[in-house]
Amino acid sequence: MMEFFNTFLISLLVLSFCILMALIRVIRGPTAPDRVVGIDTVNTIVISAMVIFGAAFQEVIYIDVAIVYALLSYISTLFIAKYLEGGDF
Amino acid sequence: MLAFVITTVLCFITYLLLTTGSGTLGLWSLEEILVGAILSLIVGSLARTIFVKDNFRMLNPVRWIIFIAYVIGPFFVAMAKANVDVAYRVITGKINPGIVKISPDLKTDFGITMLANSITLTPGTLSVDVDEDKNDLYVHWINVKKKALEKKPVNYRYVCGKFPNWIRRIAE
Amino acid sequence: MIFNLIIYILLAIGVFFNLLAGVGLLRFPDVYTRLHAGTKCTTFGSIFICGSVILIGLRMWYTGSTDGSVLAIHTIFALVAILLTNPTGAHAIARAAHRSGVAPVRAVVDDLQNNTLKKEEEK
Repeated sequence: MMEFFNTFLISLLVLSFCILMALIRVIRGPTAPDRVVGIDTVNTIVISAMVIFGAAFQEVIYIDVAIVYALLSYISTLFIAKYLEGGDF
Repeated sequence: MLAFVITTVLCFITYLLLTTGSGTLGLWSLEEILVGAILSLIVGSLARTIFVKDNFRMLNPVRWIIFIAYVIGPFFVAMAKANVDVAYRVITGKINPGIVKISPDLKTDFGITMLANSITLTPGTLSVDVDEDKNDLYVHWINVKKKALEKKPVNYRYVCGKFPNWIRRIAE
Repeated sequence: MIFNLIIYILLAIGVFFNLLAGVGLLRFPDVYTRLHAGTKCTTFGSIFICGSVILIGLRMWYTGSTDGSVLAIHTIFALVAILLTNPTGAHAIARAAHRSGVAPVRAVVDDLQNNTLKKEEEK
């Protein structure tokens, strides 16, 4: 279904702009939790972008990678939060 | 034993859904079905005590029908409202935040997890911490109403509407 | 024709809410309000983006390609993963921020602060 190819590419362009804005927050953020929020947002947007990639190029492997990326980024967020909280694991 | 069967069957269904379109035996190939069966037996024997706790309440299909109705109906509408609300606050910059305590009076862990997730995705609220003894929730509220602060702890009707009633029907 | 229009509208809504999340992250004053923007808007936007991809997969399935079914089912799994993990991660970050001592800016009321202080006095 190549008729949507250009639409998907434009969406990807806008999504990469969103990632740039979140990265500004990661660089500027005054405290550590601010940076974690920025990283979390980047992760979710990357998952959406991978789903769009998979639909645009008709490759299911991108969406499989998106599922695994979602679960792994969730675990990493939990561990960073646990580290910021202090205390024992 | 029942816990083992439930975990194995759920794992096998998930594996089959993820490998559709691989062969000619229905939608699957024989190798995928065999590998899936062996892997789900291993996972079922390892994870049965973690996946299923002490009760089998969620086996009742009526609860799942109510759950799907809840997600499609009031939850999705509240989520749409939440996003318009956040858009309004992003553009105007009007905020009046605070952290309030609510006691939704739910007993099970599953119910309180579902309520916390629902609160996070609905208008103007974000769950921050939970009191594990009494199942009280601490909620960050982006636009605190003065009327709600007259009584402590705050009535949950101001924060999350009728969600605790739905969740009591689903999880307890 | 109408199908194409639906896909365009769904994609536009999804991308708009993701953009809103980025702007919200830049404009809000503290961690908790930024979490409001970063969690709700990206989850809602992802629902619409995944919805458009699911519709495309279902139409491919309808016109006789088995690739379409695989595309739709795997996208549903990705959507479920996002819906389950995103609010839980936000909850963990908010709790860690409060325990590491970041107070909400311009707060009217902070019940949790009083509560933790009381517990420390008891010890």
